[in-house]
This record gives sequence, structure tokens and C-alpha cells, in this order.
Amino acid sequence: MSTVENAQQRTGRRLVNVAAVFGLLYLFAPIVVIVIFSFNKPRGKFNIVWQGFTLDNWASPFADKALTDALFVSVRVALISSVIAAVLGTMIALSLSRYRFKGSGAVNLFLVLPLTSPEVVLGSSLATLFLSRGVDFGYTTVIIAHVMFQISFVAVTVRARIRGFDWTLEQAAMDLGASPQRAFWRITFPLILPGILAAWLLSFALSIDDFIITFFNAGSLVTFPLQIFGASRVAIPPQINVLASMLLFLSIALMVGALLIESRRQRMIASGTVKRKK
Amino acid sequence: VGLGVMLVLAVGIVAVGAEWVTGNASLIVLGVMLVAVITIIWTAFVGGLDTRRALAPYGLLKPGILWLSLFFLAPLWSMLQMSLSSKQNRFDFFPTFSWEWSNYSTAFGDYGAQFGRSFLYAAIATLLTLLIGYPLAYVIAFRGGKYKAVLLGLVAVPFFTSYLIRTLAWQNLLADSGPVVSVFNVTGLTTVLEALGIMTNGQIMNTPASVIGGLTYNFLPFMILPIYVSLEKIDVRLVDAAMDLYSSASGAFRRVVLPLSLPGVFAGSLLVFIPAAGDFVNAQFLGNPNTTMIGNVIQDQFLRQLNFPVASAMSFVLMAIITVSVLIYAKIMGTDDLV
Repeated sequence: MSTVENAQQRTGRRLVNVAAVFGLLYLFAPIVVIVIFSFNKPRGKFNIVWQGFTLDNWASPFADKALTDALFVSVRVALISSVIAAVLGTMIALSLSRYRFKGSGAVNLFLVLPLTSPEVVLGSSLATLFLSRGVDFGYTTVIIAHVMFQISFVAVTVRARIRGFDWTLEQAAMDLGASPQRAFWRITFPLILPGILAAWLLSFALSIDDFIITFFNAGSLVTFPLQIFGASRVAIPPQINVLASMLLFLSIALMVGALLIESRRQRMIASGTVKRKK
Repeated sequence: VGLGVMLVLAVGIVAVGAEWVTGNASLIVLGVMLVAVITIIWTAFVGGLDTRRALAPYGLLKPGILWLSLFFLAPLWSMLQMSLSSKQNRFDFFPTFSWEWSNYSTAFGDYGAQFGRSFLYAAIATLLTLLIGYPLAYVIAFRGGKYKAVLLGLVAVPFFTSYLIRTLAWQNLLADSGPVVSVFNVTGLTTVLEALGIMTNGQIMNTPASVIGGLTYNFLPFMILPIYVSLEKIDVRLVDAAMDLYSSASGAFRRVVLPLSLPGVFAGSLLVFIPAAGDFVNAQFLGNPNTTMIGNVIQDQFLRQLNFPVASAMSFVLMAIITVSVLIYAKIMGTDDLV
């Protein structure tokens, strides 16, 4: 054991820490800017230079109607597509981790391919298909496109979460007379549900933030990122920063809440106050 | 039977989706697919529990795989076809297939510079994310203590704001009168950076540096998280053992920790390099006309010039180059596991 460290080692240790702090600052600089500029009172059309403090933007977060509409479009697309992707992706993950079968290697490779293709390629090729088939661009095409890239994310995430799952539990339920369906819904499903929920949240977030693939397949539909992109050429209202800050605080609150609940549950399980749900 | 039926359905759906077959032939393909579905339902119905169990994995896979076949594979085929098409006259909106190889020579001839720039920027950004991300992942994994979860959460926070808004925020930061340039001016770094060619005329905005900086920033968490995961798995006692055997701290890092974290570095570099090479948002928001990347050109050709064949040819070349480089990289790193 090296309990005694020399000066050189200590310096090295500090350097790594400094580098890490620098990394965190780098990650946070733009986030801080977004929040600060939500209080800016811009004179022109662009919210780029600091002019003065105001609370007006926070008093009227939904003043920019186009922006608000776009946000609702995005939420709708994200809800629908992430639910479809969560179901289809979980089925694939279950199939791959529960069974051994011919062709599973090929399926694995096939799943990874959309993840290793650049978004421009995914977006433009899907748009080519829709064009050649004369499909009208809009809600349907955007949802189809989102589900397409979410399936792989869900499948990979859920599979990672249920790796090492004890399938004999299901067997035990069936030995006790449960039908396969009942065994699955009463035993397996509740146990893998946290993994599925995590994957669903991830795909929801990916959908709401997707720009490149949506850009190719949206037609005249305007999602939140598309509205920001369009606005960035003409005028950037400070409401963009307000909505972004609101989303940011909401997600941080959700994350902190989830962490607190989880650690509380762990403590209660450890102290034996509650038994783990069957 | 299960695998066979799935293949028939997947090939069928790609064939119909991508218009390999048209008219009556597509009806025949649909008929074959229908027969395949009936066969598998019949087998499951007649066979006992064992047959049904054997078919279950394919049944679970089918909806997802068919979705990917129709909306990922079939589009690639359409794109390949489109890249060999041409407009018969000026008023054609939609090009026809005609073995038009000249699309590819246009792609390389006119936009070779953008291809080169994309891969160069993406490579530099990948290297920078590695340099910035590795120490951070290392500190979280080995020195995080009870704050590990909090620190990881902090790394993920940028994901909670929109990608475009984050990139726009860099416009504020890097503006000519903004904080970054002021700090550089006060500390005298401006002269150094100008001598290195990173800044021009006291500006950092709208230079290659700002585009690469944006790429590095936006994809940094994708580098940190996989490296963290692979560092986290390392048994600290291995490092102690190396030290007991009189290895220096840096020696222990180089010969124990670093090799064990390579899978994370591999996954992270792919997760950064691939999206960075195809990105056009950073070049659009933070660059100038001389820093456009291949993504900008594809987007412009496809959505504004409506020049679908050339855009498709460029997409196809981009995908081919990335696939080949990923395979070579995987060979060098000696990893087969992509995920």
C-alpha cells in the first residue's frame, strides 16, 4: 500500500483534480449563460449582448406563441414516439436476453447499425424513401423517424439493465402453477420496469431534442428545435432562454427527487422497514 | 421456421418499401408474406408448448425488427438508388434512376474540401473530448466518494437543455465583446493564440476553433460516460497490487488502469466521432462559410437545392467512410464489442 506519497505524486494528483474541475466548468459555462440571459432585456432582435436585468421574460414565458406551439408539438411527438419505441425496444431486449436462438448475433449487429450511422444519413435516407413513395411530410413521418432511432436506444438500454436477471424466478412461479403470461406480468415485468422506465425517459428526451433527423422529415411541421433553428436566423426572443431554463430546472428537480427516493428506499430496505415488493 | 419467417417478412417489407418490386410483383411479395404469417400462426397453434416457446423470441423481435427494416434498411436502399439517379429535364422535381455515376464525382470533386474538413474537425474534437473527459471520468470514478451520483448527474445536466440552445449560448460566450475574448485579451493569450492561428483579428467566433470547440462541447458527455463505466468496473486492489510490486503511480496508471479503460475510450470515441462528422449545427451557428462541413452541404443540397441525387451520393459516401473507419479502428483497438 502506498500511504506515503511523495511531492511529485501529490502534484500529479492535484493536476488531475484541476483538470476535472476545468472539465466541469466547461460543461457548465453555456448552461449558466442560458439562465443568465433569460433575465436579459435585449434591445434588438437578438439576445446576444447583455443589456440589463429584467423579470419581464419570466413573467411572460409563453409570450412567443410560435415557440409555445412548437414546444407542444415536440411534447406530443415525444410522448407518442417514446411509448411505441419503449414497447418495441423492450420486446427486442427481452427476446435477446431471455432466449438463445439462431440469428441473435445478426439481430445484435442490426440493432447497433442505426446508432453508428450519422444522423444526416438516417434523416436524408428516410426522407428519400418518403419522397419516392409520395408520402406527405408531417406528424406521421416525424413520429416514424423518431421511433426508428429510439428503438435501438431502448433495446440496448433495457438489455443492459436486465443482464444478469434471474430467469429462474419466472420458472419458480410457473412451478407453483402460474401460467407463463401470469408469471411474466406478476414477476418479471415489475422487476424490469425500472429499466424500461429509464429507457423510456431517455428516448423521450432524445425525441424532444432531436434536430437533424426531424429537419429532414418534418415538412411544414415545426417542432421546438426547428423553431429555434428558424428563429436563430431572424430573431432570438429571450423566451427561448426562459423555456430552456424552466425545462432545465424541472429535469434537475426530477433527477434530485428520483435520487432522494431511491436512497430513502435503499435505507428502508436496509433497516428492514419495508420488504422489497414481490 | 421462426427465423425463416422473420427473414421472409423482413426481406419482403424492404423489397416493397424500397420499390425493388412494383405493380403485380409487389402483390405477390405481399402474398408470400401473408402465407408466412399464416404458417407461423398455424405452427404455433398446432404445436405444443415447446414449439411455442421456441417461436417466442422471434415473435418478440418481429415488430421492432420490421420497423427497422422498413424505416432504416429500405431507406438506405432508396438512398443508394437515388444517388444513381438524375433529373431528366430541368422541370423534373423527382429524378429517375439512370446509373448516373457522375453524382459521385460531383460529391468528391466539388465537396472534397468539406469531406476532409468534417473528418479533420471530428477527429480533433474526439481527441479534445478524450483529453478533457478522461481526467473528469477518472476523478468521478476513483475520488468521487459519496458524491459520485451527484457528479455524474452534473455531467448529464447539459443534456437537460436543448442542443441548439446550448450551441447558441456559445455565441454569447465567444462573441467579440464576450467573456472569453475579454479574458484572452486581459491575460495576453490573444497574441499567443493569434500566433498559433487559432484566433484571427482578435476574433474566436466564426473560426475553425469555434466550430471545433462547439463540437467538443456538445459531445463531451458521450465521452465521459462510457469511460466512467469502464473505470468504475476496475478493482482498486489491482492498483494497490501494482504499487506493492514497486510500480510508480504513473506506471500503475499506464499499465493497469489505462488498458482496462480502453473499451470505454473506444465506445466514447465512436459516440463522439460519428455524430461530430455528420453534424451541421455547430458549423452553422459558430462557423463561417469557410468552415462548412459535409452535413451542411448535404442539408443544403437536399432541402434547399432539392438536388436529391447529389445529396444522396454524399450521404452514402459519408456512411461508407465512417463504417470502414470504425471497422479499422475496432481492429486496431482489438475490440469486437461495440456496445
